[in-house]
Amino acid sequence: MAAATSRQWSKWIRRAKPLVFVLCAIPACLSALLLYRFVTGSFFGDPIEDLTRNTGIWGIRLLLLTLAITPLRYITGINQLILLRRMLGVFSFFYILLHFLIWLVIDKFFNFQLIIEDIIERYYILFGFLAFVMLIPLAVTSTNRMVRWLGAKRWAKLHKLVYPISILGAVHFYLQVKADITEPVIYAAILAILLGYRYWRKKQKPSPKRA
Amino acid sequence: MLIKQKPDIPSSQITPQDVYLNRRKFMKSSAALAIGGSLPWLSLGSKDALAMGTKFENLIESPYSTKDDELTSYEDVTTYNNFYEFGTDKRSPAKFAYMLTTRPWSLSVSGECEAPKDWDIEDILKQFPAEERIYRHRCVEAWSMVVPWVGFSLGDFLKVHKPTSKAKYIEMLTLVRPTEMVGQKPGLFGSVLNWPYREGLRIDEAMNPLAIFAVGLYGEHMPNQNGAPIRLIVPWKYGFKGVKSIVSVRFTEEQPLNTWQEQAPREYGFYANVNPNVDHPRWSQASERRVGTLFGRIPTLMFNGYEEQVASLYSDLDLTVNF
Repeated sequence: MAAATSRQWSKWIRRAKPLVFVLCAIPACLSALLLYRFVTGSFFGDPIEDLTRNTGIWGIRLLLLTLAITPLRYITGINQLILLRRMLGVFSFFYILLHFLIWLVIDKFFNFQLIIEDIIERYYILFGFLAFVMLIPLAVTSTNRMVRWLGAKRWAKLHKLVYPISILGAVHFYLQVKADITEPVIYAAILAILLGYRYWRKKQKPSPKRA
Repeated sequence: MLIKQKPDIPSSQITPQDVYLNRRKFMKSSAALAIGGSLPWLSLGSKDALAMGTKFENLIESPYSTKDDELTSYEDVTTYNNFYEFGTDKRSPAKFAYMLTTRPWSLSVSGECEAPKDWDIEDILKQFPAEERIYRHRCVEAWSMVVPWVGFSLGDFLKVHKPTSKAKYIEMLTLVRPTEMVGQKPGLFGSVLNWPYREGLRIDEAMNPLAIFAVGLYGEHMPNQNGAPIRLIVPWKYGFKGVKSIVSVRFTEEQPLNTWQEQAPREYGFYANVNPNVDHPRWSQASERRVGTLFGRIPTLMFNGYEEQVASLYSDLDLTVNF
């Protein structure tokens, strides 16, 4: 693609960023609304499942979107998509943090005996917890200053953690389904494609070629 | 604990009931068309359940009722349900169960008995006077409610059919009608469960005075999403034993294979007694969330607090194996 086009892409994507930000924030606003409706008495039943599911599922979706950026760049040739990756990744962490806090505060209400039992005895909690803990250094090192401080190479190496994190996340989701496995299977399949693509590309072309 | 506020006057007390019910149905179907049920918190589904059914007259109070626990609100009881025939989401039954027609309704009693019978639901309601039974209700998923059921003794109902000495168990089935029960339509990976939903009890469990056939709650006929027109309630067992919208009761010599045991035998057994000491393989059963409260959990009681009445049924049973 011509250089002028890539500059245009860069301009368009920068302009789209606020819109992407708003879109990413919508599920959090809806969850907050749900909690507000529960507290004011117009949403019934236990809200925890709805809140846990909303935040967990958006955490996974945004993680998959983050992981989709690189393959999309290679396939479309639009390298400037990279401008969106950090925001998607940080939003993914934001939803997973909310997901964790709902478990810690609303469900367990800081009952540390229950919390530790949960982590030790339940594989899906353990996997989810590990994924969350591994995400923390990635979120912390997401600022420009931290990238500079680490150096690009070490930063890139650290952020390879996202691969085991995403696998743990997919397994965490699958393990708690009672009967209908459709959704976790679809997400696991998407993840397999995204990771498989990277593996395949690495085997094909050892050094990434610019389009 | 944060207890949420309740609306002061349910709108059902202001609008004449038939008008109200029709309007609900209309709103319901237009809302379902408009948003396809994809945004549960925006849909009118939860309100649909507020359309109250007809009241029972001359309800008898029961000495078996739980006295100490605060009732879970009508709204919570009728909008937060596991009823996979209407979808796996707990909000789905309140949204889709209005499609089920519960009249006419027949229930057949067959198998190892001298007096099998095909009942019409109206005759059951006439013959067995309804009592109010306030019970704790504990789901295997570790949430719980306190529900004022309306029903009658299961034992009284069964005895009418004169079970023979071969009747060691009863097996109960839910209706199969995918045209009205949208969750019974197969999905991408086939059916969610192997319909019909099947549950069973040992005959001595079924004869225990705590076991009831429930035909209503909060003094009214059973809302569809809670298992209209007739369902099982065994308060010392996990909620999934409480088979809903029953069309068949059969006395059997062999132990029936209940649906969840068939689905995942490592996780769900035949007995399904509430037991804080035997965990589900994937989560603890030692505590539960009481629906209607926001923060934290309460301890789960052995046999859901009905130990005194039912523990003797299991004196020679290893409950960690027979979970």
